[in-house]
Amino acid sequence: MSARDVFRKIIGIELDENSPFGYPARQRTLDVSHNVILYLDDITVSFDGFKALNKLNLMIDAGELRCIIGPNGAGKTTMMDVITGKTRPDSGSAFFGQTIDLTQLSEPQIAHAGIGRKFQKPTIFEQHSVFENLELAMTTDKRALTTLTAWLRDDDRDRIADTLRLIRLDGEADRPAGLLSHGQKQWLEIGMLLMQEPKLLLLDEPVAGMTDDETMRTAELFVSLAGKHSLVVVEHDMAFVKALGGKVTVLHEGSVLAEGDLDAVQNDQRVIEVYLGR
Amino acid sequence: MREPLIFRMLSALDARARLGVAAFLAVALGLVPVLHLALPPESAFHVSTYAITLLGKIMCYAIVALAMDLIWGYGGILSLGHGIFFALGGYAFGMYLMRQIGRDGSYQSDLPDFMVFLDWKKLPWYWTGSDSFLWVALLVVVVPALVAFVFGYFAFRSRIKGVYFSIITQALTYAAMLLFFRNETGFGGNNGFTDFKRVLGYSITSSETRLVLFGVTAGVLALTFVFARWLVASKFGRVLTAIRDAESRVMFIGYDPLWFKLFIWTLSAVLCGIAGALYVPQVGIINPSEMSVANSIEIAIWVAVGGRGTLIGPIVGAFVVNLAKSWFTVSFPEYWLFFLGLLFIVVTLLLPQGLVGLWHTLRRAKGART
Repeated sequence: MSARDVFRKIIGIELDENSPFGYPARQRTLDVSHNVILYLDDITVSFDGFKALNKLNLMIDAGELRCIIGPNGAGKTTMMDVITGKTRPDSGSAFFGQTIDLTQLSEPQIAHAGIGRKFQKPTIFEQHSVFENLELAMTTDKRALTTLTAWLRDDDRDRIADTLRLIRLDGEADRPAGLLSHGQKQWLEIGMLLMQEPKLLLLDEPVAGMTDDETMRTAELFVSLAGKHSLVVVEHDMAFVKALGGKVTVLHEGSVLAEGDLDAVQNDQRVIEVYLGR
Repeated sequence: MREPLIFRMLSALDARARLGVAAFLAVALGLVPVLHLALPPESAFHVSTYAITLLGKIMCYAIVALAMDLIWGYGGILSLGHGIFFALGGYAFGMYLMRQIGRDGSYQSDLPDFMVFLDWKKLPWYWTGSDSFLWVALLVVVVPALVAFVFGYFAFRSRIKGVYFSIITQALTYAAMLLFFRNETGFGGNNGFTDFKRVLGYSITSSETRLVLFGVTAGVLALTFVFARWLVASKFGRVLTAIRDAESRVMFIGYDPLWFKLFIWTLSAVLCGIAGALYVPQVGIINPSEMSVANSIEIAIWVAVGGRGTLIGPIVGAFVVNLAKSWFTVSFPEYWLFFLGLLFIVVTLLLPQGLVGLWHTLRRAKGART
């Protein structure tokens, strides 16, 4: 046993997630035996009396690619906040797989359980290089004291290099991320999500600000990720939603208005009234 | 197998920084003692006791500035109450210095003079062991760490940020100052601790003791700098600046900012405590005014003037502001605070990166011309 191991034992960071220095890399076992990865059941969230979510019910299958659409204020971002632990629901339950109760976990714990989130506005570390952004996101032991002595192994570098190629930023690895174009920032954030190896990806308007070409490449990427990962995509861009080709859920005033494939949804009279008809 | 930590720490320094640290140590540990002891006082190159005390004091401030920069410049957490940790370290070591006076005080008692004056018959329980250097050295580290850890845990867990955090730190140091002003607290009240005679049995006023204290302070400053360089270049440092720039993103990729903030906050407090312990024997006094809000704000000004988010900046800032202060308070004592305020405004408006930023801008401008 090295001196460092002894030191770690003494300050207790070998203990599991209750240890005072953050969370270990241990993944909670995700039980998808019923082939469902996410259950939202009767979720209600209100802000000063305004019901952002009103008895929302949603089920995402394992490996599914689901699009969520809906007018502004329909509750799309609040729904993501509930799933990722940022907002606690007033009532209802949120389960990841059969066993993981999301309403009981903190944001970092949910991240470790296997849910990755991309924000509406690209949120990356602008002062850090592209490479460092991916490095920070990479799955590993993310407790404070372990991070202090963490170092990159060769296979870590390979993983980062693979992701850099996938998001087409391999030429920009050492540039500060703040200097990237808007579309590149979106891709970098998607790359950071992938470095986390999540089971479920929540993507809030991932193609906002991208060129048509970039948008279509993103759609291809997402389609290729489905199956191995489950994806929930919030988007306004109908061409993009069409290219993704998955099931579409329409949110309106905090609950599900319609669900089905894009054509069926677009022809739904209620949907046309609240959203598409305008 | 990786190299031992100390080698990795040194390898975090680039060649220029290594040269700088070596040059600094050569001057502080070699040149200054020689110029002080070997040359007669009337020589132009003689370094006076006054100069050694002043520089020693400023080096303590530089350690505090570095500690402040770690949490403010890199962690994005502005503390306006760092004086409390400095003073706690100073008071802890002051207890030892008070006990070292022995029976040489005005009342020739085993108890410190202020206790005799208050008619106390024995030492309060928390003075137990204060005659042991090692115990007190432990207190210097543990007391600021404990206060910072407990305070930080609740503040960061409640996600208190920005100006709210700054205000609470001010309240903390202010409350501590009021507590230490009371005679009943057992730390000398208004007057604090002073009239020290010895440290580790050696006379505290002798040239040799002063040079040793000066040298130790220089060594601690250099170590702190090397350690801080390594820390900010580590992955921990990258997560820390990531928290500063986009905290929610850090949480959603699985880091809990609480423990990162708490670690750097506690570390910063410990560094301040050590600086305080080095400061007291050199300056010869510690009293509750070290915990005043104005003192803590001044720490932030050193860092802002030097340039936060760089490690050389706070050291430069501590030296420039304090040398200016010792000149001003002799030449134009009534204008010092006006000057300090003006300096802060000028730096905030015109030099957001401080003097170090100005230096880089000038060098780039020069490079562009030639």
